[in-house]
Amino acid sequence: MLAVMSFSEFLQFFEYPFVWYAIIVSILIAVCSSLLGVTLVLKRLSFIGDGLSHVAFGAMAVAAVAGLTNETYITLPVTVLAAVLLLCTSGRKAKVGGDAALAMISVSALALGYLIYNLSQSSNLTGDVCATLFGATSILTLTQFDLWLCVAMSVIVIVLFVLFYNKLFAITFDETFAKATGVKTGMYNLLIAVVIAIIIVIAMNLVGSLLISALVIFPALSAMRIFKSFLRVVICAVIVSVVCTLCGMLFSLWLGTPTGSTIVAADIVAFCAFSLCGFLLRRRAK
Amino acid sequence: MELITCTDLTLGYEGKPVAEHVSFTVSEGDYLCIVGENGSGKSTLVKTLLGLQQPISGKIEKSGALTGGVIGYLPQQTPVQRDFPATVEEIVRSGFLAKSGLRPFYSHAERQRAAEQMERLGIAGLRKRCYRELSGGQQQRVLLARALCATGNLLLLDEPVAGLDPKVTQEMYDLILRLNREDGITIIMVSHDIAAVLAYASHVLHVLHGSAFFGTIGEYRESEIGKLFSAGGVQCLQS
Repeated sequence: MLAVMSFSEFLQFFEYPFVWYAIIVSILIAVCSSLLGVTLVLKRLSFIGDGLSHVAFGAMAVAAVAGLTNETYITLPVTVLAAVLLLCTSGRKAKVGGDAALAMISVSALALGYLIYNLSQSSNLTGDVCATLFGATSILTLTQFDLWLCVAMSVIVIVLFVLFYNKLFAITFDETFAKATGVKTGMYNLLIAVVIAIIIVIAMNLVGSLLISALVIFPALSAMRIFKSFLRVVICAVIVSVVCTLCGMLFSLWLGTPTGSTIVAADIVAFCAFSLCGFLLRRRAK
Repeated sequence: MELITCTDLTLGYEGKPVAEHVSFTVSEGDYLCIVGENGSGKSTLVKTLLGLQQPISGKIEKSGALTGGVIGYLPQQTPVQRDFPATVEEIVRSGFLAKSGLRPFYSHAERQRAAEQMERLGIAGLRKRCYRELSGGQQQRVLLARALCATGNLLLLDEPVAGLDPKVTQEMYDLILRLNREDGITIIMVSHDIAAVLAYASHVLHVLHGSAFFGTIGEYRESEIGKLFSAGGVQCLQS
């Protein structure tokens, strides 16, 4: 049963600082995740986000059992390491192929994570696991420290993206050409890996580890239905992402639904709308 | 003036040689065609020339006359590019990347030069068009313009007419010939098309297992291997 509240009750929410923290953090996460999403989708790496978020879940379990107050100290380095291993070795010949390796790491982390969670003495095991997987309400329980951490990491991601925008374009479009003309592609792939890991760790608070890849790929896919230049696709993806995240967030507050899944639902609606628009535009052009 | 000198190269992967004793020089204004059967080491040679991999032995000397030391590369298209949302302009400009170092944006001069290259290849009108909506021949011109942005004087074309229809293929060959004859751009072209090789090349490098032939087109016509292949024609090279 959804407990629908009146509009005036809903407005009262905005008197609490934690609601504003949640809104600021979700806008930042929306911007960061969509920026890199375009590159990931075009490089055929959509699944990396999913795999990495499972790794982050495993790390989170370790942090919970170890009784750390702030899980980021474990999740961030572990996820960064996994991202570097996955992205920077995928081009070379490995014993286990790229997608198989990813699937293997991703389920292993998920299984072991849940196993480790069961070792903890938590009284609310199901709740903890569910919150980590689907985000639940953790976005509304952010402390000021979480807020600043998220702001700092988002600023790093956005600045890096703007500075290396052209390089990112070249590597996404044609890595061999970029490398042949002397661009240090290895270094930029490493950078992409690190940034994706950072985004996944900060986005875990918002939508939980199972739903992060939706946040990364949906805005990019939506934008690609309509726009035809890389720059416009990136800008549109950011706007779609922010709008969907805010809508999802506000709806979840209003209707009392889980934040993460409501945001993803908003992304799905946007994707369908963009697909339809793209289809109509193409038909009119013919 | 020599641009690239290769002496006794052994090419291959992970220490396993594919082609041995490959020696050749590329001089300014040359039109060098690289031919050979599939698996003979052509693409390995391309990667080695571009510096994407190291030769097992032998040496490659690139002279200072090679502008910026950079070869303008026209790769074969990848599936990723076929549905890539990018405008012609964005792609052509990306040729300048290596030169721009850590500078985040393209300079005014670079934008200007990118526009000139598009003009030169007859794609200025497509500047704002989406790459994935262009025809195969137009897409090749876009990638050629990008390669010209990366280099001033040497292009390495990897099967530039693969997948193009006969009319567009001819236009592409005419365009490459014009770049070579009128603009003095040195061409290295990997090709399966023996008729085009005999018609346009000034020099031929025929890569074989174990050895390689290198000489002018006249020498190639007179050589055993040249006679064998020009007689057998295209079918022979592709088999």
